[in-house]
Amino acid sequence: MMDLIIRNGFVYDPLNSIDGQRMDVAISGGKIVEEVPEDSAEVIDASGMVVMPGGVDIHSHIAGSEVNTGRLLRPEDHLKDVELKTPITRSGVGHSVPSTFTTGYRYSRMGYTTVITPAMPPLEARHTHEELNDTPMIDKATFPLVGDWWFVLEHLRDGELKECASHVAWMLRATKGYAIKIVNPGGVEMWGFGRNVRSIYDQIPPFNITPRDIIRGLCKVNRMLNLPHTIHVHTNNLGKPGNYTTTLDTLKCVRNLARGDRPVIHITHCQFSAFTGSDWMNMGSGAERIARYLNHHTHATIDVGQVVFSDTTTMTADGPFQYGLHGLTGNKWVNHDVETETGAGIVPFRYRRTSFVHSMQWSIGLELALLIEDPWKVYLTTDHPNAAPFTTYPRIVAWLMSRQARERMMGRINRKAKRRSLLKSIDREYDLYEIAIVTRAGQAKALGLKEKGHLGVGADADVAIYGVNPRKVDLSRNPELVRKAFEKSAYTIKDGVVVVKDGGVVKPVGGRTFWVDAETSSSFEATSELRQKFRDYWTVQYENYLIPEDYLLGSQRIAMKAEV
Amino acid sequence: MITLTPKYSFKVPVDGGCITPDAFADKRLEEIAKLPVWEGNRRGVLGDLFDVEGESGADPEGVTIRLTGDFRRVRRVGAAMTSGEIAIEGSVGMNLGAEMKGGRITAVLDAGSWAGSAMKGGEIVIKGCVGDYAGAPYRGSNQGMSGGTIVVEKDAGNEVGCFMVGGLIRVKGNIGQFAGVHMKGGMIVVEGDAGDRVGADMTGGRIVLLGRIGTILPGFIIDEIRSSVRVGEERIQGPFYLFRGDITESWNGSLMVSVNSNPHLKFYKSLIV
Repeated sequence: MMDLIIRNGFVYDPLNSIDGQRMDVAISGGKIVEEVPEDSAEVIDASGMVVMPGGVDIHSHIAGSEVNTGRLLRPEDHLKDVELKTPITRSGVGHSVPSTFTTGYRYSRMGYTTVITPAMPPLEARHTHEELNDTPMIDKATFPLVGDWWFVLEHLRDGELKECASHVAWMLRATKGYAIKIVNPGGVEMWGFGRNVRSIYDQIPPFNITPRDIIRGLCKVNRMLNLPHTIHVHTNNLGKPGNYTTTLDTLKCVRNLARGDRPVIHITHCQFSAFTGSDWMNMGSGAERIARYLNHHTHATIDVGQVVFSDTTTMTADGPFQYGLHGLTGNKWVNHDVETETGAGIVPFRYRRTSFVHSMQWSIGLELALLIEDPWKVYLTTDHPNAAPFTTYPRIVAWLMSRQARERMMGRINRKAKRRSLLKSIDREYDLYEIAIVTRAGQAKALGLKEKGHLGVGADADVAIYGVNPRKVDLSRNPELVRKAFEKSAYTIKDGVVVVKDGGVVKPVGGRTFWVDAETSSSFEATSELRQKFRDYWTVQYENYLIPEDYLLGSQRIAMKAEV
Repeated sequence: MITLTPKYSFKVPVDGGCITPDAFADKRLEEIAKLPVWEGNRRGVLGDLFDVEGESGADPEGVTIRLTGDFRRVRRVGAAMTSGEIAIEGSVGMNLGAEMKGGRITAVLDAGSWAGSAMKGGEIVIKGCVGDYAGAPYRGSNQGMSGGTIVVEKDAGNEVGCFMVGGLIRVKGNIGQFAGVHMKGGMIVVEGDAGDRVGADMTGGRIVLLGRIGTILPGFIIDEIRSSVRVGEERIQGPFYLFRGDITESWNGSLMVSVNSNPHLKFYKSLIV
């Protein structure tokens, strides 16, 4: 592997407080280094360009059984968007649910190098890892759904936190997961009986605990296991008018578990959880209240889940929510029950500018991103493909950077939503430093990926170079330029290899999969009781449930010392 | 007028998506012969597969394309065309006039399945039979034919007008099962007999049956008896049973069935309130 020098770019590296200084970046052996011998190194002339760490996406459904079911459900989605085979890349199809290879290529073309697929039913871990193995160009990780696992609920009911922790540690190891994902805690379990929960204080009858107990319990477990990421929460009541109170309750219920300034909870696709009002006619934006809370507290981070008007496919483990959505649209749908573990629902969906609710959602996402003052607390996602496909990120970057671009869009949305939107009163425009935080540095920090999201010595040599000159053009007045620059990176460098040049893949490479091995003091032993439960309730036996490490292409074990 | 004749008999499907007045307009013969065509998984040019004769017009409207010989394995003829004319002097393959927006296609013999798939405008006249899914959308989509006319002089297969949104399909012969399934608008007129399950899941539009039908789906409720029905400019004399449905989804679809051709349905008269 040749050494690389990226010369004269404007470097944006927020984790190392570098804000657009013109400097060189040296790469050797797949890592960022202090310097390399100049005569033997390949030089990339980045003068007049922006150099950032490779993009990190904290929440994007790119692999797993629910994504694949989405592919099966939507042949018409494949017809619209076809990528032909080239001598070095594979063919693929799909606009909102692209095939695995296409997913990798498209992310890489936008300068992204690390993507997390956030909802893996533990039972379907094998499928998820098979798809991740087939997703090239990017590093990956996946969050198993733990919040409605019977074992977890039973341990929490009995107040056995230690046992719960060692169980979760075993689960992460067994499924090769990275963090604790909680979806509509309690609600998904209740959905198995055709019901849902309405607040975090509702009882879940079979277990006599509340969603609050689950969130707090797993938050403590997360700390006991010393996991790199916080708990990753999809709130109760998602997508219902008035749900911002549930979101605030969720944030508040773990406040006293925080130690110092470290976050303990991540609320994902917060836009869907920030509605006011009591029905769809009078729904409004709760972004201001959530932003106010986050501006005064340090124990939480969120990602946006920004809506972009387009045709997409919604998929989540939140079965009851998807049932409601199916009722709302009358569209075809898939309901999926994963035995004792979790569930899922998939509904095709089109976000329309003319719709009041959809326009409000568009506005709420941007309001959240703009009203939360500290960009380290809010990250850019579309909850791909739920609010929009990930390929729309460059448009969102343009909206964040340019008030003019937002106003242009605002002239085209539903008029009632426009009247209610707070966006007209927000002047804030992100600069490239802040964009670098919300699209890579912040997300890497929240994930605890120490070698991602920055360009300091020792970091993985994942670099994105965008062909736009912030000293020559006023980006806030040229949103089109911003969009084009972020759509096709001038160079994407993955582990020290130039993989994309001028928006085209020049070298297909594989990627690694990160997983966490939380080392508990007493190693977890599969009791006969556990084995019996697998025999009684699972279609997969205990022995086949465990995913061996060599099943993963490019397995990257991250060992953490647990406190139990 | 431009004439295309196959040079040999095709063993595998040929994607004839470029055989449209829009693609041929304002081109010399040599340029037309260079248009890309897929034969199975092999990429070639039109001139390799067909003899191209005649001359083209300046704009699509003036272009007429004549297809002689065996086109049964040629798909997507006239796809997305906007104007002009295609005259087929025999049979033609699948997806004839798919997503076409205007112009006219005529076929002397049969057409394959998916004729006029998701078409938006224009006219397709087929003197023979068509396969299944005439006017239906691409698999998975719920927006079928939204405008224009398909006329079939003989029989049509199953699921004619699936997910139809607008326009007119007129079949002069018999029709298979599930005509107008998921239909949301537009009109289907069948002069011959119809297979069962007509209008399943329809939420709008109208289906008119002049011939015999076995049974009406239980999701349809008899409304009244009408003496005639208007189809475009024409008024067809009945009388007709008028059913509303499919009430599992909506009351807005209307299914009109000839009274005289269907004596076995006369008990519906007693159900009219």
